[in-house]
Amino acid sequence: MKVALFATCLVDTMTPTVAHATAALLQRLGQEVVVPPTQACCGQMHVNTGYRREAVSIVANHVRAFAGAEVIVAPSGSCVASIHHQQAAVARRAGDEALAQAAEELADRTYELSQFLVDVLGVTDVGAYYPHRVTYHPTCHSLRLLRVGDAPLQLLRAVRGLELVELPGAEQCCGFGGTFAVKNADTSTAMLTDKMANVLSTHAEVCTAGDASCLMHIGGGLSRLRAGTRTVHLAEILASTEEAVTPDQRTEPAVTA
Amino acid sequence: MTAVDLGMPGLPTAPRGVGHLRGTQSFPDAARGALRNGQLRANLGHATSTIRGKRAAVVGELPDWEQLRAAGKALKTATMARLDDHLEELERQVTARGGVVHWARDANEANEIVTRLVLATGTSEVVKVKSMATQEIGLNEALEGAGLDVFETDLAELIVQLGEDSPSHILVPAIHKNRAEIREIFARTIPGVDPGLTDDPRQLAMAARAHLRERFLRARVAVSGANFGVAETGTLTVVESEGNGRMCLTLPETLITVMGIEKVVPTWRDLEVFLQLLPRSSTGERMNPYTSTWAGVTPGDGPQEFHLVLLDNGRTAVLADEVGREALHCIRCSACLNVCPVYERAGGHSYGSVYPGPIGAVLSPMLTGVEDNASLPYASSLCGACYDVCPVAIDIPSILVHLRGEHVEAQERPTAEAVAFRGLAKAMSHPRLWHLAQRGARLGRLFSRGRPTLPNALPPPVSGWTRSRDLPTPPAKTFVQQWTEEHRS
Repeated sequence: MKVALFATCLVDTMTPTVAHATAALLQRLGQEVVVPPTQACCGQMHVNTGYRREAVSIVANHVRAFAGAEVIVAPSGSCVASIHHQQAAVARRAGDEALAQAAEELADRTYELSQFLVDVLGVTDVGAYYPHRVTYHPTCHSLRLLRVGDAPLQLLRAVRGLELVELPGAEQCCGFGGTFAVKNADTSTAMLTDKMANVLSTHAEVCTAGDASCLMHIGGGLSRLRAGTRTVHLAEILASTEEAVTPDQRTEPAVTA
Repeated sequence: MTAVDLGMPGLPTAPRGVGHLRGTQSFPDAARGALRNGQLRANLGHATSTIRGKRAAVVGELPDWEQLRAAGKALKTATMARLDDHLEELERQVTARGGVVHWARDANEANEIVTRLVLATGTSEVVKVKSMATQEIGLNEALEGAGLDVFETDLAELIVQLGEDSPSHILVPAIHKNRAEIREIFARTIPGVDPGLTDDPRQLAMAARAHLRERFLRARVAVSGANFGVAETGTLTVVESEGNGRMCLTLPETLITVMGIEKVVPTWRDLEVFLQLLPRSSTGERMNPYTSTWAGVTPGDGPQEFHLVLLDNGRTAVLADEVGREALHCIRCSACLNVCPVYERAGGHSYGSVYPGPIGAVLSPMLTGVEDNASLPYASSLCGACYDVCPVAIDIPSILVHLRGEHVEAQERPTAEAVAFRGLAKAMSHPRLWHLAQRGARLGRLFSRGRPTLPNALPPPVSGWTRSRDLPTPPAKTFVQQWTEEHRS
């Protein structure tokens, strides 16, 4: 299959290793990966902060960038959820029915990474090797908007060398919430503190998730505490193998102290 | 009343200066103080996790829960589409059964009507059944202003009243207090209370019982809210746990019920759905201990004078909002509060309104007009837990996002944030500009001077992040840039 990779604006700008890992993983699984160079953002941050009018042109750029793609994969539950639930709605609200329909058609072909692997490709063992103690945080939008279910856990359980430990209170939000993290920094930090306490209680070396945004928040908090536990995106774990430990597939902390 | 025009201007919202829908501080400011209160955090964490567990257990027992939710949502949607017809039918039926119906446009009118009715009876005391509508309009203050003594009879509402506090939860108004704190309030405020009172729940309940019983027996007027008003039979319904409601609804000579207009249901049979959804979602019980229903007056049995005050107070304006009107489906179960990670930490008072938590964050700004509660739609991480538990499937996250849009679009002058977001939107819409903007972000590398994270002390708004979290140093090359360089053919 020819897979168009949507890196997402955050991964592209701040944590490109996640996108490199996604591409390496998909290629290893026999997929042809293309990266449309004009991609930018899905528009979620604008919509969720109240700038839904401004988001319309962002959606239009996204639709242009990925026009004609057979299938689109992104390493983010949140951005894919926005593509599924918000893009057409903001276009329609602005009176752009053609854009709304184009966004809907594109959304039908857009998948979050773990969903694409498990539901579309039908793989759970991606041949990964990751000899670490890992706990998994299900991000809210993968959990409640995309309903990825246990797809990420199925993938992690099949990783050789990986010791998966259950995260207490896993389904509680980490407190990121986009601009919520800044607009309500105190409440966000209180939620983060409880999430970190749960992560640390597992004595895991690594906390993983399907969203780089939530991981930047959790990892930024753990790093500030000099906690030692690091955050690594699910794609980076799944891309790791015994043979190919490349700089693109590092197992170092996403944010180091 | 069935206005469907989007954003119809000019529909009256809840007036200022009366009632409890507006706080004195923004949510972030109020939450900052509440978050420092360790006792509050412990009380709320304990109480919400207990009730979450109870709800999950009893909801899990019903194999058709999702169908029940869908039925609840469908019934509410259909009712709202013809709300005016159903309300007029309710008025006809209540009147036919000997009740008197009053229409109150807002809090001031409702307070004025109820005060007048109470004064006309010549009594100086009123007993009250716990009611959100009367909290919303500040009825107690209005009655007290007219020289009347008002007694809340719900245990938690009594705790709040005796403590000169305000409710912080829809169902459990004193959820922010623990047993020791309640013992202290009772010992200090209940006349003639046993000085040896301990914090044993039974002892506390018995102290409240003795205090209240005296008032029930001598009260001549009661004021209640209503969970449902059945249009076809003119039947009002109150569900409760303690029996205090039953006392108030049956013992006094005069009963005055204040009901939000969205509480009407067309038929008796609709209660079948809601009386299954409500107790399981709110107290985590299969059935609530007391369900009282009454229609008009019955000679020789119960109150001989019954008044129903139908309250708008901004509800018609909510109904006119195509996205937000779903909030009127709320049956006040408070499941969304108990599951909300923001509510659990910041507490109910941070919302500044009698309606806290996720439903309050959408309902309060719509009742008052979004600019009077502009911080509330942002008081959510949009985690979606509220939508999942809502017994009538109100898509609260989508309404929150919608209200953020309404707030942004209501700004007459561009804020610094708006300028930044508009600039960013422009960049994200034009690949060449976007790549320039990304190169700009890379300038952050200069601040970190080779370290993997940026300095902690950065100017606002980034400081909101860096005060508690490290921010990684942006990489030298973006993914798209590097990929494109490597795959140039």
